[in-house]
Amino acid sequence: MISIRNIVKQYASHRALDDVSMEIQKGDVFGLLGPNGAGKTSLIRIINQITAPDSGQVLFNGEPLNQVHVERIGYLPEERGLYKKMEIGEQIIYLARLKGLSRPEALKRAKYWFEKLQIQSWWNKNIEELSKGMQQKAQFVATVIHEPELLILDEPFTGFDPVNAEIIKNEILELNKKGATVIFSTHRMESVEELCDSIALLNLSHKILDGKVKDIRNSYRSGTYMLEYEGDKIHLNGTSPFSILQETSLDGYQQVKLKINAGSKVNDVLHYMLPLASINKLEEVIPTMNDIFIQMVGAQNNNN
Amino acid sequence: MNKILLIIQREYLSRVKKKSFIVMTFLVPVLFIGMISLVGFLLMKQNDIGDKHKIEVVDESGRFANNLKSTTVIEYVTAKGNYTTAKKTFIKDGDDYLLYIPASLDSIQILGEKKAGPMTTGKIEDELSNIIRSQRLAAAGIDTSVLSRAQKPISITAMQITEKGVKDAHSYVAMFIGFLSAFLIYMCLFIYGTQVMRGVIEEKVSRIIEVVISSVKPFQLMLGKIIGVGLVGLTQFLLWIIISVVLSMTVGTALIKSQISAKTEQVSTMQQGSSTGTPATQKQTDINFTSIMHDVQDIPVAYTIACFLFYFLCGYFLYSAIFAAVGSAVDNETETQQFMLPITLPLIFTFIVSQNFIINNPDSSISVWLSMIPFTSPIAMMVRIPFGVPAWQLALSMLFMIIGFLFTTWLASRIYRVGILMYGKKASYRELAKWIMYKE
Repeated sequence: MISIRNIVKQYASHRALDDVSMEIQKGDVFGLLGPNGAGKTSLIRIINQITAPDSGQVLFNGEPLNQVHVERIGYLPEERGLYKKMEIGEQIIYLARLKGLSRPEALKRAKYWFEKLQIQSWWNKNIEELSKGMQQKAQFVATVIHEPELLILDEPFTGFDPVNAEIIKNEILELNKKGATVIFSTHRMESVEELCDSIALLNLSHKILDGKVKDIRNSYRSGTYMLEYEGDKIHLNGTSPFSILQETSLDGYQQVKLKINAGSKVNDVLHYMLPLASINKLEEVIPTMNDIFIQMVGAQNNNN
Repeated sequence: MNKILLIIQREYLSRVKKKSFIVMTFLVPVLFIGMISLVGFLLMKQNDIGDKHKIEVVDESGRFANNLKSTTVIEYVTAKGNYTTAKKTFIKDGDDYLLYIPASLDSIQILGEKKAGPMTTGKIEDELSNIIRSQRLAAAGIDTSVLSRAQKPISITAMQITEKGVKDAHSYVAMFIGFLSAFLIYMCLFIYGTQVMRGVIEEKVSRIIEVVISSVKPFQLMLGKIIGVGLVGLTQFLLWIIISVVLSMTVGTALIKSQISAKTEQVSTMQQGSSTGTPATQKQTDINFTSIMHDVQDIPVAYTIACFLFYFLCGYFLYSAIFAAVGSAVDNETETQQFMLPITLPLIFTFIVSQNFIINNPDSSISVWLSMIPFTSPIAMMVRIPFGVPAWQLALSMLFMIIGFLFTTWLASRIYRVGILMYGKKASYRELAKWIMYKE
């Protein structure tokens, strides 16, 4: 869907993107991750043709990005905003028409979305009369009304209460199911695991990691397990197939975070433990995206 | 292109629908016409706005009593007794003043409870000396018909030699039209330029800018806004003109009606006293009035309006583009101060110079230069146009004007496209210069 090839973007004394490349597959929910100032917004602006790269190329379905593609992209910027003194319904129609819809079509779809998100009673209100959550909903409608093939959402859940965040999340997933590709930029790693098929991690203007979420998490497995058992604390002897990273006891249960020694297997752990305690639970600790994020970004920023 | 139209439409409608627009559109002509007609009314009525004075006359010389003619403000009555008795009774009789003319004519006096005002005494003085003069000339053997011919009033008509021949220079009317159009352009560049700037700041502050320019190019947005606001300006102009014409026609007819009735009254009194040959001054003002009316008809209306529209539009494009660039470079309106001075300075300078210098010396070299520089020409040239400008100067000025606004629009759009996405950074002039150099 989108091929980003060797993008360089230089601002006066600061290089925002340095030779960044990535592929975004059609139908994916793609997470664009990175700490503040990593270059996410710069990249998003380039895809939206708000700015142009100094060198490098962006392909949209194989064609070099051009003005035609603007109408096939829906963009929700991190800093939301609508005209304060304009009726919300008219405003949505205006933005839809800027994306190439005819007036009757824009009106029809706006009505549909207002009903779906239950904000139809706000149609004639000025934006400044609405609550923040209502404004966000209206802005979401403005982003998706022209049924874009590519949705670019920058922190879409900020400003929503949990109920509305859930509604918006489901709408995004539904659009994705209908075929829209979603680029999703965020700091909230738990939503990444929940929503994203693949990610790219930017740090200090470089891409430092990309791929499918499942693959990335698997590649960061380190043989760490969580063991929970009943009874007294065990004391390891020299023959144990694992080492203990962390121990806690809670209501008579002992919880141990352990790392299996090289050459040993999960079954060896069970085998060792069975005579010693009554085992409640043993599960692998797969690193969360949050862990990976902190590990990758933290390590790189410490080196610098 | 289609998207620019959409933007123009939004910018236009959102402003025209505002209450402040509607209020301004109706209030300004009402205030304007109201002010003008009040001034006109006062000017017209200054003669007879006061009460009518009744003056008892004791004429010991015997030369005036029958020749004094009453006007709308002064009524002469012959006293019944001699000076001493009249002095005692005139107040009781309800007369305001007692005019005492001794036989020698040396010390004519006017008595009253209140001192007679200079306007009243002046009128009486004029009346008395006119009568004396006519009588003395007649006594010297000069016929009254010769007399009235001798009192021919003189007025000078300034003429202008053009290729087509000689025509009236109508300089007072030219001054007025020059002043008015320069003033309108000056006002409008400020009013609508500032509106463009506010619009840009609003989009930036409300953060909608990023959504909009993910759909259209920044240049399209800037141009759409400038054109949209410009159309609002033209609409307001048009409405102002229509409302003013309608209003002034209704107020005007009312005024003229009252004026005509006053005139006929004057004419009838004049006819009564025509033998004295006094209407000279009245005639003179009448001639001036008709010559002014003639001048107004003589002004090439279409040409002047076309020039006005050209300089209004080009001047507006030139300045509003700069206003837009300033709006894009700041985060709120208070920060605009540092950039406003270079915009407002040439405008204010030209306006002051044009009202004090150009209007009196429309063809001096300074005037010509100021009407060539695009930053000053919209005002300076409009002052000169009613006086007549050589075609080559007008053409050159218009050419510079077009080059000027294309250049500032280009320059402004370079600043604008960078500025609208910059937040929190305080822009300096050096910063702006860098933005101009940025690649796309």
